[in-house]
Amino acid sequence: MGLHHYLILSALLFAVGAAGVIVKKNIIAIFLCIELMLNAANLSFVAFSRYLDQVHGQIFVFFVMVVAAAEAAVGLAITITLYRNRRTLNVDDADLMKW
Amino acid sequence: MLDYLWLIPLLPLAGSALNGLAGKRLGSSFVTWVGCGSAGLAFLAAAAAVLDLVRAAPQNREVLISYFTWIACGDFVAEAQFLLDPLSGVMILVVTGVGFVIHVYSIGYMHGDGGYYRFFSYMNLFLFAMLVLVMAGNFLMMFVGWEGVGLCSYLLIGYYIDRKSAGDAGKKAFVVNRIGDVGFILGVFLVFATFGSLDFAEVFRQIASAPVRFPAETGVGLLTAIALLLFVGAIGKSAQIPLYVWLPDAMEGPTPVSALIHAATMVTAGVYMVVRCAPIYSRSEAALGVVTVVGILTAWLAATIGLTQTDIKRVLAYSTVSQLGYMFVAAGVTAFSAGIFHLMTHAFFKALLFLGAGSVIHAMGGEQDLTRMGGLRRYAPITYRTMCIAALAISGIFPLAGFFSKDEILFSAWAGGHPVVWAVGLATAGLTAFYMFRLTFLAFHGPERFGDDVRHHLHESPPSMTIPLVILAILATVGGFVGLPPWMGLGPNRFAEFLAPALAHAHRPETHEISHSVEFVFALVSVLAALIGIFLARYMYVGNPAAAGLLAARARGPYTLLYRKYYVDEIYDRLLVNPIVVVSREMLWKGIDVGIVDGTVNGVGASMRVWGGLLKYVQNGLVRSYASWILTGAALLLYYVARMRG
Amino acid sequence: MQITHILSWLTYLPAALAAALVFFPGGSARALKWFAVLGSTGVFLLSLYPVYHFDPGYGGMQFVEESAWIQAGGYSISHHLGIDGISLFLVALTTFLTPLALLASWNSIAQRLKGFLICMLLLETGMVGVFCALDLVLFYVFWEVMLIPMYFLIGIWGGEHRIYAAVKFILYTMVGSLLMLVAIIYLFLANGGTTFDLLAVYQNLESGRLVLSHRAEFWLFMAFLIAFAIKVPIFPFHTWLPDAHVEAPTAGSVILAGVLLKMGTYGLLRFCLPLFPAAAVAAAPYLSVLGLVGIVYGALVAMVQPDLKKLVAYSSVSHMGLIIVGMFAFTLQGLEGATMQMLNHGLSTGALFLLVGMIYDRRHTRMIANFGGLAHNSPVLAAFFLVVTLSSIGLPGLNGFVGEVLALVGTFLRNRTYAAIAATGMILGAVYMLWMYQRVFLGKVTDPANAAMGDIRSRDRAVLIPIVIMMLWMGVYSAPFLRRMDASLELVQKRVHDARAPEGGYQVRQLKTPAIRKSDGR
Repeated sequence: MGLHHYLILSALLFAVGAAGVIVKKNIIAIFLCIELMLNAANLSFVAFSRYLDQVHGQIFVFFVMVVAAAEAAVGLAITITLYRNRRTLNVDDADLMKW
Repeated sequence: MLDYLWLIPLLPLAGSALNGLAGKRLGSSFVTWVGCGSAGLAFLAAAAAVLDLVRAAPQNREVLISYFTWIACGDFVAEAQFLLDPLSGVMILVVTGVGFVIHVYSIGYMHGDGGYYRFFSYMNLFLFAMLVLVMAGNFLMMFVGWEGVGLCSYLLIGYYIDRKSAGDAGKKAFVVNRIGDVGFILGVFLVFATFGSLDFAEVFRQIASAPVRFPAETGVGLLTAIALLLFVGAIGKSAQIPLYVWLPDAMEGPTPVSALIHAATMVTAGVYMVVRCAPIYSRSEAALGVVTVVGILTAWLAATIGLTQTDIKRVLAYSTVSQLGYMFVAAGVTAFSAGIFHLMTHAFFKALLFLGAGSVIHAMGGEQDLTRMGGLRRYAPITYRTMCIAALAISGIFPLAGFFSKDEILFSAWAGGHPVVWAVGLATAGLTAFYMFRLTFLAFHGPERFGDDVRHHLHESPPSMTIPLVILAILATVGGFVGLPPWMGLGPNRFAEFLAPALAHAHRPETHEISHSVEFVFALVSVLAALIGIFLARYMYVGNPAAAGLLAARARGPYTLLYRKYYVDEIYDRLLVNPIVVVSREMLWKGIDVGIVDGTVNGVGASMRVWGGLLKYVQNGLVRSYASWILTGAALLLYYVARMRG
Repeated sequence: MQITHILSWLTYLPAALAAALVFFPGGSARALKWFAVLGSTGVFLLSLYPVYHFDPGYGGMQFVEESAWIQAGGYSISHHLGIDGISLFLVALTTFLTPLALLASWNSIAQRLKGFLICMLLLETGMVGVFCALDLVLFYVFWEVMLIPMYFLIGIWGGEHRIYAAVKFILYTMVGSLLMLVAIIYLFLANGGTTFDLLAVYQNLESGRLVLSHRAEFWLFMAFLIAFAIKVPIFPFHTWLPDAHVEAPTAGSVILAGVLLKMGTYGLLRFCLPLFPAAAVAAAPYLSVLGLVGIVYGALVAMVQPDLKKLVAYSSVSHMGLIIVGMFAFTLQGLEGATMQMLNHGLSTGALFLLVGMIYDRRHTRMIANFGGLAHNSPVLAAFFLVVTLSSIGLPGLNGFVGEVLALVGTFLRNRTYAAIAATGMILGAVYMLWMYQRVFLGKVTDPANAAMGDIRSRDRAVLIPIVIMMLWMGVYSAPFLRRMDASLELVQKRVHDARAPEGGYQVRQLKTPAIRKSDGR
């Protein structure tokens, strides 16, 4: 298994995540898709780290995980507030911020 | 006294400030004392100063005192300074003397008026401004007084603030005067640009001492331009054609105001200015010609209008315009001292006429229409007699004051080589006598044309009003004796001799001697013209009362033309005032300002709005659409980077 | 007594007062007002120090203080303050008008009083800063600082269409000031990219170390010019003015007319003329014509305004036009008349807005047609109004005349036709002001509301009396004022006259010195 296998898998995962973000309406699902994209990026980082024999990539993975955790915390808090106020998890219903 | 020259104008100013600030609270007797007192003290101070001047040797009769620098910017320096020489000496005596008498008269005339303190405050302020005008030592100080008297005229014409016509008249006076003032100030600028100084002394010295500077046509042209620009100011202030229209309207003010400002003093400021600038005028034939022509035309035209007016004060107003024309004729034929002489005698008899008219109006309870008077001599004998003296004086009957001054002007016109001017002047003298006695006969003779309610009210005025009348009547009688003409064989004209040092810089044309007997004949002719006018008036308004109406009916066209004052006001309104207002409102404001300029600005704003309106649809509020845009953007960026690499 | 850093005190003391106001309890309206009025009066008294200690013989900057502000990567922006004969009285005018404007709005501001006072004081800091700043960036900062409180003054405490007016005001000004910022940065780079100091730029221009190509000079001049022309305002950039004036609260109008407009003409004198003299000379005929158009057009449009405030606003267009014409005559009298006229206009128009505000507070209308006969029941108000009116139309003996006559004679020495046209402003000014005065104060009282209107009280008199005293003083004894301006304006004039076109540049019209012959003994 060479580097390119990992990269292809990572690209596929990222594509699935991105497609999910665009297609899905449920805010939880979108969150999950975003996590998928982040983890696809993580996979690439780790693969490159191994391939280049450098530790930087793995450090970055930790950063990404921390950011993802923080993002999940803030995001879920927003989601709950949104649900309390609007009784919905559909992102298309939260469109007050337009023109 | 000369060291305290500043007291003369400052006394009335203090009186004005005191009355204006505290007069309302301190009551009318305080106002009377301060108002008349300051005018009287100013007269005493002026008399003392002039006495000092007379005592000095003729070549030393000039005092110029600078107090502080008012404006200084580069060469443009104007000191706050006062000048006393024979010319301004005569003027301050006339201003403070006649002014004081009119102040006293006002005590009775304005008695019980709600704005008593305001009236005296304005009157004192006027005296101050007029004194600054005549005592100014430089052009800019003169302009201070020049505009100051205009302001007081505005305030006093509009004194009865209830009347819209009074407000209109005041505004008209100020604006028309301003038109003249702009000419005047441009003339002052030209003086400065040419001579680098604003001081009379310096400017006149340069003109007189360096004829080389103005050798060719250009130099004289420059002097002509200066003279004409300054003369525009005189035209406005002294109500000459074409700016005379404000003066008749100015009769809206209280009668003492008409007497003081619009007869005796302010309106003569233009004449004073021309005489003061005699060194300039006397060197420009063209300017002198313009002055003469404007003067004689105004004298004639105003006199013709005066023939038909029925408002007692308006008759006097047109008479003033006409007499001012005489004074300009005098200046125009370089008989400067004659102009000032007539200015002085005119101040006496015209103030008297106005005060007499005021006394009549007072007696009639505010009625000013001559056609509703008649037979008043029974009710107001003092007023009648003094009015008669004044009418004789203005007509130029020997030996009253007007005779000497008017005769000198007419004779100077002939001697200066202007026979046409002399002829028109003579005819005007006849007209003057006619309309003055028309006024006298209509008011004091004939049947009474008023109702019983007025008759009960009729009375002779109180002493505070009649005493000034008597004083002025005496002055109008003997005032001419200060300038007895040489042909009477009592020595040279002493008034002219007194003024001579002030006119030293003026250019004197060659004069050829004319024998005294010829002069005597001319005097006889002018008296004859006046007598014809008087007898014609007597025939038409006393002997044969129907004649006037018949003549008016026979010559309906000319009569209406004169009665409507040649329609000059109407023409000005049609051609100037209304178009400017309409164009300003409809075209400049609503068209250009709101329409084009602001329209462009708002148009730019609106176009931004249109663009924003199109672009706002990108911002549709859907998270997923934003995500797609981000993705698309990222993909395009990647593609671009890859292309650049490749 | 020696006060160091006097200009810093003057500039930042108002801001410090504003900061102190933040900590006041909002409920104590009287305490707030007293604090602000007394504080700003203190600033005014402080501003008399430089007036008193000013050296009239020296044309350069005085009371200079300089310290580093931002230093990075080889360039420096300094905190450089100083005043000369041009800015001296403008600073004093600012500090003079601020307490009066505050006092005049004692009762008229009911809501958000604290915010209002803070805005006014911050505005004062901005204005004094503009007149004192000698660093281009510092100038720009103050220029912008002053915009914000003014925006809020109009937008919060204004009239019915306040938002429209406030936005219009700020957009207009921003357009100009952005162009100015670009020009400042260009000038900085052209000058070697080391300093934003104005005096350094002056020096380098004089010594020839900084040479601007004629194109560069032209565009820089234009960029500065547009910024200032909008502020003045020069026709046709004036349409923000009537809107802003009509909507602004009284105090805002007073400051706007009294001081803010002067920043435009001050900027022209401080930047456009000395920095880009050749371009200024080349542009002078066009600007003079625009100024003349402003004089006549402003007066004619003012004449037909139905709203008192609009009338005064358009009269400002007319008066400021005369300043432009006088300034671009480049004669000493023209420059000095223009500077004097800035002060006069600040006083008389400021006072006019104060008076209109007093009438509005009592009658709640500004339409001329609604008035008539006010002199009957408000004689004191009518008297004050008359004096201010006369000052505005330039009656000799009051302040307006001195500036007007100097500006006109300065113009006359350059171009007689221009002067003659400009002088018609004297006539038109009398027409619209006296007509307005007649319709408002004279005649019979027809509306009972006018009869019920009371006269002004002691507080209003306290506002007006100092102004009238200043008007008389400047009108009767103006030499002390003019003497302090002389040297600085001679310097400006010299810079303009020394202007020569760079090699191959456009032809600079040779300035003729006017044909004045020195009179002996002067």
